[in-house]
Amino acid sequence: MLNPQLNENGELIHLLSTEGLPRSILTHILDTAATFVGITDREVKKVPLLRGKSVFNLFFENSTRTRTTFEIAAKRLSADVLNLDITRSSTAKGETLLDTIDNLCAMHADMFVVRHASSGAPYLIAEHLKKRGRKDIHVVNAGDGRHAHPTQGLLDMYTIRHFKQNFENLTVAIVGDILHSRVARSDIHALTTLGVPEVRAIGPQTLLPADLARMGVQVYHDMNDGLKGCDVVIMLRLQNERMNGALLPSAGEYFKHYGLTPEKLALAKPDAIVMHPGPMNRGVEIDSDVADGPQAVILNQVTFGIAVRMAVMSILAGNSQ
Amino acid sequence: MKIVIKNGRLIDPKHQIDARQDLFLAEGRVAGTGQAPVGFTPDQVIDASGLVVCPGLIDLSARLGRLENELEAAVAGGITTLVCPPDMGPPLDEPELAERLVRQAADLGLARVLPLGALTQKLEGEKLAEMATLKKAGCIAFSQGKRPILDTQALLRAFEYAATFGFAIWLQPQDYYLSRDGFAHDGEVAARLGLTGIPVSAETVAIATYLTLAADTGVRLHLRRLSSAAGMAMVARAQADGVAVTCDVDIHHLHLCEHDIGFFDTNARFDPPLRSQRDREGLCAGVAAGTAVLCSDHTPLDQDHKLMPFGEARPGATGLELLLPLTLKWAQAGKLSLTAALAPITSGPAAILGRDDLGHLAPGARADVCLFAPEEPWQVTAASLKSAGKNTPFLGYELAGRTKATLVGGRPVFNAL
Repeated sequence: MLNPQLNENGELIHLLSTEGLPRSILTHILDTAATFVGITDREVKKVPLLRGKSVFNLFFENSTRTRTTFEIAAKRLSADVLNLDITRSSTAKGETLLDTIDNLCAMHADMFVVRHASSGAPYLIAEHLKKRGRKDIHVVNAGDGRHAHPTQGLLDMYTIRHFKQNFENLTVAIVGDILHSRVARSDIHALTTLGVPEVRAIGPQTLLPADLARMGVQVYHDMNDGLKGCDVVIMLRLQNERMNGALLPSAGEYFKHYGLTPEKLALAKPDAIVMHPGPMNRGVEIDSDVADGPQAVILNQVTFGIAVRMAVMSILAGNSQ
Repeated sequence: MKIVIKNGRLIDPKHQIDARQDLFLAEGRVAGTGQAPVGFTPDQVIDASGLVVCPGLIDLSARLGRLENELEAAVAGGITTLVCPPDMGPPLDEPELAERLVRQAADLGLARVLPLGALTQKLEGEKLAEMATLKKAGCIAFSQGKRPILDTQALLRAFEYAATFGFAIWLQPQDYYLSRDGFAHDGEVAARLGLTGIPVSAETVAIATYLTLAADTGVRLHLRRLSSAAGMAMVARAQADGVAVTCDVDIHHLHLCEHDIGFFDTNARFDPPLRSQRDREGLCAGVAAGTAVLCSDHTPLDQDHKLMPFGEARPGATGLELLLPLTLKWAQAGKLSLTAALAPITSGPAAILGRDDLGHLAPGARADVCLFAPEEPWQVTAASLKSAGKNTPFLGYELAGRTKATLVGGRPVFNAL
């Protein structure tokens, strides 16, 4: 089975998932991002790499935060950006996803940044573009269902590398609702590809997918055990609708067992960093003392996120199918 | 009309016959094999040199779109009898609907259509349908199709009522609550791709419930489309314990598993879902052991229903024309004889239907016959399939085994000789 993300030369043409990408491509993205981190600190924040290109933000599911970061990244590369909030337009009128894509292709898009509630939707789009012979259009997955959020995964890797230099000796724990988390899946694939020897998944059984260990992680139900000796702690957001119901009895009981408090964080290594993809639920998955504490690198993640998205878009624009 | 089919390799799994024998048909029935019956003068001679001559195939689960088109596809696949679920269109809970379906199929004169009647009114799972009346109208057993019965009390009553009249109940064992949101096997692939899972327990919990009620009521129970090794083991145990239970497996589940979803291939979306490699092996063993028979679970779909994100696409695959070659492929992989290969699509399903006149070729049987070239390769393409449904994970594959002629009730209804 051909990996739809790569062309015949093994170059990245779509970013759909961190799974199935070789370490060299992941590293190349991180290295490229490093060159953009400097730019974002400059007075003039623009580079002309995507001048004349049109980036279409196709958000079939609302997300102002993610959309904004992609928009900033594209604009800093001098691209034209169109934001299409499709939840309220064409598909609501019964137009199929692929009809929408055909129409946008006719408007000379160069890149689609896609957020969709269904796992796999960006694959469908990439495959459709291939069938239509549109080798010039690239797809970036900005989050599909529970499946993947590769730019978030990559910015997490950038953040880890920034603070820990390399991946080869790390123990990384991912805590919380892994079942519903596309961030967790993208992190796990990127971490294992980059050579992290120990990735731990911590959560109650109701929030962990079946056969999770097959993805190369160690599963812990007791957070105190799971955090011991960790270099990196990645906390996941617990969606409101999961807090009070069949999956968990209450936000309070969840916090007691899986919320990150200073006491629990003390079980990790003293120089451990704490990450969160945001937006945070303070007092549900993370204590404010930790979120605002010296070990938290959550705002660094946001800053690096722009550079990583610039890197992804500029690399894709340089590769043709 | 008298026909002789000469020079073929006659295979009759029910009677364990695999021999070069001529087959003599008269007045819609088998008149004899081997030697011509006394005074037999054929009106037509069919030369079956190099072909297998076997009983017409019986498919226990097929959803039909446009009747004529799909029944032509059926006979092109060697299928002479097929069973339809009661939820293909309006619920089959009124005798007029069942009568009309049977009549329309009979008028076409292609494959026989045996409808399953609705077990409950409007398939809502609450009030019993008029089973005895539906039976008279041609329904061969009672089912809910894909619709659940949530109320266990209602389920027990349905079993009791059906048992009263000696009717069989055909159900797909899938717990509603454990499966309602899911669309893939709750395992490694679903975890990796972020697909909502359906655990094996959705099947085993339902089987446990149905087996308990079947044993208590004595109803004849047929479980439709098993997907797990654990489910198959439960049925085998119940059969050994003397419970009147049978089951079938969708042929696709003998060949594919969760990994065939690949990168969200919607043609690999099935209901029940494709499960693990171990489950696939358990199903293969169950069919080989005779615990289960095979069906095509033919579900012709418009491409629009598959060109969607995995979770939004409709489940199912076109199957009428693939049942025979995929059965042969399974048998070849398991090193089974042709007789053993054909049993789960001929004599096995006939026994489940309780039909002595179908699924074999002894004198007196209905002259439903399939002639096929067991090793002839053909490519599965949109053009090579007669069914309106081109949706199959085997699209582009080369398969061996091609139907050359089909007779229903002694009449040739498909001829590619």
